Amino acid sequence: MSTFIAITISGLALGAVYFLIASGLSLIYGLMDVLNFAHGVFLTLGAYAGWAVAAHLPGLGFGGVVIAAAAAGAAVAAVTELLLIRPLYGRPISQILVTIGLDLALVGLLEGGFGSDSLSITVPGWLTAVTAVGGERIPNGDFVALGAGLAVLGALTWFLRRTRYGMIIRAGAENRDMVRALGIDVGRAFTVVFAVGGAAAGLAGLLNSVVFSGALVDPTQGDQLLIFAFIVVVIGGLGSIAGSAVAATGVGLVQVYVTFYAGSGAGLAQLGNVSVVLVLAIVLLVRPRGLLGRTA
Amino acid sequence: MSAASAASLGPAVDVSGLQVSIGGSRVLAGVDLRVPVGQVTALLGRNGVGKTTTLRALIGLLPSAGDISLLGRRVSGWPTHRIIQLGVGYVPEDRDVFAGLSVAENLRIAEADRDADYDRVYDLFPELRQRSRQLAGSLSGGQQQMVAIGRVLLADRPLLLVDEPTKGLSPKFVSEVVDVLERVRETATILMVEQNVHVVRRLAQHVIVLDRGVVAHAGEVGDLDDETLARRLLGVSA
Repeated sequence: MSTFIAITISGLALGAVYFLIASGLSLIYGLMDVLNFAHGVFLTLGAYAGWAVAAHLPGLGFGGVVIAAAAAGAAVAAVTELLLIRPLYGRPISQILVTIGLDLALVGLLEGGFGSDSLSITVPGWLTAVTAVGGERIPNGDFVALGAGLAVLGALTWFLRRTRYGMIIRAGAENRDMVRALGIDVGRAFTVVFAVGGAAAGLAGLLNSVVFSGALVDPTQGDQLLIFAFIVVVIGGLGSIAGSAVAATGVGLVQVYVTFYAGSGAGLAQLGNVSVVLVLAIVLLVRPRGLLGRTA
Repeated sequence: MSAASAASLGPAVDVSGLQVSIGGSRVLAGVDLRVPVGQVTALLGRNGVGKTTTLRALIGLLPSAGDISLLGRRVSGWPTHRIIQLGVGYVPEDRDVFAGLSVAENLRIAEADRDADYDRVYDLFPELRQRSRQLAGSLSGGQQQMVAIGRVLLADRPLLLVDEPTKGLSPKFVSEVVDVLERVRETATILMVEQNVHVVRRLAQHVIVLDRGVVAHAGEVGDLDDETLARRLLGVSA
């Protein structure tokens, strides 16, 4: 039983990281119909920014590392929207191509600048320590990831439901022209959404490194996670933050349960990943628009 | 405002050579029109002649060629939000309320500044206050029209572009909407697309009739009494 609790918490923490990535993707698609394939590199850049602060500005502490990761993700996302996406609204194929190109270019730049080997982030001791729960030793990092996911879910929900900007974003997802016709600069809302999504992605990149990757960052980590984030977005329903939260939790749990209980023998190591794709297929067959979203 | 004093202020809408093509088809082929300040002008014509297209082009929701001046400013090529911020209100043909937002949220995002005039909106449409928490998508057509009109009345907007405000409404709501527009016209210039000739006669002083993408007639509302004009251009009896 104690093992079950441990892997459940691990699955929830993994789901929280997936949610952080997927929430940005879902917001961006929901408002702008943009499939952002550069979202993965926003994660990676967040992790590298965290590494840089931890390595060169240790006095800022882990709080500074977290802020740097989120700020880097937000800044790169906002610049991406302003310079590359804005001229291409209404041209979905061009958007996909340019975001894929940006991803490849930035990953290449990171490899050129920092090498393709992983770099180690210096993290505080409490983050790598464990806490006993039900007789099982749970890594504190799992709780941090879970807490971050819940905090971002709460903050996004508050932002979308309670602030005028959030209402504009929800309205823009329904009818952008009408938002413009009320005198609102939708372009600014687009930039804000990209920045918010980028901040969550940057945070996810850092947490993935320190919680699930042995405190290592590498140039391709974002792209590996992006596949699962897209699966989460589609299962949850395009444009639905609540759907992303539910789907991310489910995907994280399924992945760790199958990985743990199916064992790690020859040919079984990837079973956790395969199970996630299976869940996606079942959801698309039974409910094509996803759990809580509009038609895919 | 009298016609004479309105004429001295210059037009609220001054358009020349307006051309719009949609999907390769030319919908407007050089529209010239003027809307006097402080009065109600009805934009008329058979279905598909470009009335809605004209309103959408005026506020930049459709790309167009030609010169457009609103409230004394040349706005051709401006983004929609900047045109609206001049003091223009737009009530679209199908209301276009945000269905997933509550009535209160629909109004809140329409606030142009911190001095949003909710008292005026709730005075004109008391029902909106009672239904403030209700999702706009669950309202009747008439109630949605109240939201659509209420959104533009939150701020002081000297020019309103109103597209078929009575379309699809029950007689009760038609009467209510017309009553409200009668009060609103005391403080704003209105350019209104409307198919209901009785509503036009009650609200408008001027009429502009579109046909085949150009202005076929511009004059006073009394011109609608001309049987030939009404039948030829509008397909209705005078």
